[in-house]
Amino acid sequence: MTARSIAMTIDQVAVRFGGLVAISDMSFTVGEGEIVSLIGPNGAGKTTAFNVMTGFLTPSAGRVTYRNTALAGLKPHQIADLGLIRTFQRTSVFPNDTVHDNLLIGLHRQGRVRLIDAILGLPGARASERRLRQRAGELLEWVGLERRAHDAAGSLSYGEQRLVGVALALAAEPSMLLLDEPVSGMNASETHRFVELIRSIRDRGITILLVEHDMPMVMTVSDRIVVLNYGRIIAEGTPDVIRNDPAVIEAYLGHGAGHA
Amino acid sequence: MKAIITILAVAALASVPLWLRDPYLLNALITTGIFVIGAMSLNLLLGFTGQLSLGHIAFFGIGAYVSALTSLGFDVGLPGDVRLVHAPWPPIAGFVLAIIVAGLCGYFVGLLSFRVRGAYFVIVTISFAEVVRLVALNWVELTQGPLALTNIPSIALPLPGVGELTLRTKLQNYYLVLVVALIAYLLIARLVHSHFGRSMRGLMENETLAVSVGIDVTRTLTIAAVISAAIAGAAGSLYAHYIRIIDPEVFAFINTVTMVIMVITGGKGSLAGPVVGGLIFGLLPVALRPVMAPEAQWIAYGGVLIAILFVLPRGIVPSLAQRFRRRRTGRTAPSPVALAETAAKEPA
Repeated sequence: MTARSIAMTIDQVAVRFGGLVAISDMSFTVGEGEIVSLIGPNGAGKTTAFNVMTGFLTPSAGRVTYRNTALAGLKPHQIADLGLIRTFQRTSVFPNDTVHDNLLIGLHRQGRVRLIDAILGLPGARASERRLRQRAGELLEWVGLERRAHDAAGSLSYGEQRLVGVALALAAEPSMLLLDEPVSGMNASETHRFVELIRSIRDRGITILLVEHDMPMVMTVSDRIVVLNYGRIIAEGTPDVIRNDPAVIEAYLGHGAGHA
Repeated sequence: MKAIITILAVAALASVPLWLRDPYLLNALITTGIFVIGAMSLNLLLGFTGQLSLGHIAFFGIGAYVSALTSLGFDVGLPGDVRLVHAPWPPIAGFVLAIIVAGLCGYFVGLLSFRVRGAYFVIVTISFAEVVRLVALNWVELTQGPLALTNIPSIALPLPGVGELTLRTKLQNYYLVLVVALIAYLLIARLVHSHFGRSMRGLMENETLAVSVGIDVTRTLTIAAVISAAIAGAAGSLYAHYIRIIDPEVFAFINTVTMVIMVITGGKGSLAGPVVGGLIFGLLPVALRPVMAPEAQWIAYGGVLIAILFVLPRGIVPSLAQRFRRRRTGRTAPSPVALAETAAKEPA
């Protein structure tokens, strides 16, 4: 694990909203191909950290670098172009489009053709469309939603919408995927399938940073865990280390979680 | 099915002059057609990106003035004793320039307002239309102000080997407007169904998510604004060369409102919506003219608008399409879209 090259570095990042300190002095790294989880009680600053890493929020101090590119000043769509793609807790789909069309929108980065070619229906643009449709089909199969391809994404159950959200993110061809509470709203068997999915995503060489409340799931899937509390990192290490860390048990897991 | 309806509709529209000899009605159809093109261009922004341009008539009016001035020529003094003299060019050049200049205006308005969006775009477009109207009213040396630009030549099509075909009759102008409207329709249809159209839809439905998969908001909206403004400019040019007289009244706010009404009643976000809405509200004055005064007509439009939206809240075309689908599949269940709308409203 020490031999991994570093994909993302979060260096002394702080976020303050007026007097409120959402994150103070956060530093950690994520290695290439690693599954790292960011956990902590509600309001610990996990989603804020995601927003900083994906350009939706400018940190008050510190810097984030991804594959040696500093992210300061980049807009979210430019960060997406670096291969850093996130999912969202709530707004995970384009509700009025079919699942298949959702993925086509997600495939934006693969389908850039010149506008004039698209309007004139030139062969290049048509070939690109065919490729995108095929790719959308493959992705649907991968996340197991092919039966739902022609349903409006907004009509799916929350668990399925989460999967669409992940498929959308995968469509953007990430080299690193940031998942914000992906299994909330999923039942046990859906969660189990999702863990398999995360592993298969990683097996394709995609680095994963996960924010999640479902502790058993986090403990099963993570290579390493970073624990936040009140905007500050209180522990970092493998699931076994975290499970037995007194500060974590005190702040978050509560007594008895050590036997989980 | 859809293709058959489209072909039948085009055939029906193309056959109109064969059985309709009344020049007054033909005239009403031509001006309606021009406004339908304007409404289609507005729909590209309002229906497919969710941005409401309440100054859309500015692009139409700019197209009209640019085209008229290009074909009439002008001689104006600029600050510093410079005189800008332009000899008359053929109207077809005016048509092309109208598209380019209106598109450029769309670019600048988009650039100014899309960084902040929403209400700002509405305000910027209203202000833009008003500023342009004041310029047209007060730059008398160029525009003749309220005296209007008159004697604007009719469009002449250069025919290789034959010479020129000047479109003077209503019949010719009817087909000219029909052809331009068809081209605009096809252009918008292609655009909306392309990769680019999906980016627009994504932004409208869930901007945060769209941005996170790499869609550039400002660029996408600005391109939509440019194309929308350019099409409106083309419609304005047709208007100038058909009516052959334009004054600053063309920029009146009520003209924008008319286009918005056409789009919303017909169904925003549907390709055929502005055509249906445009035909209804373009021809309604003709139907109402014998029975009520112009002032009373405006009240009647309001009544018709409310009645249509009450019965068909999403606009005529989307609502009817949905009912038709439901009848065919024999389902009484709500459509996926309606479901999605309720789902979107629920707090997650």
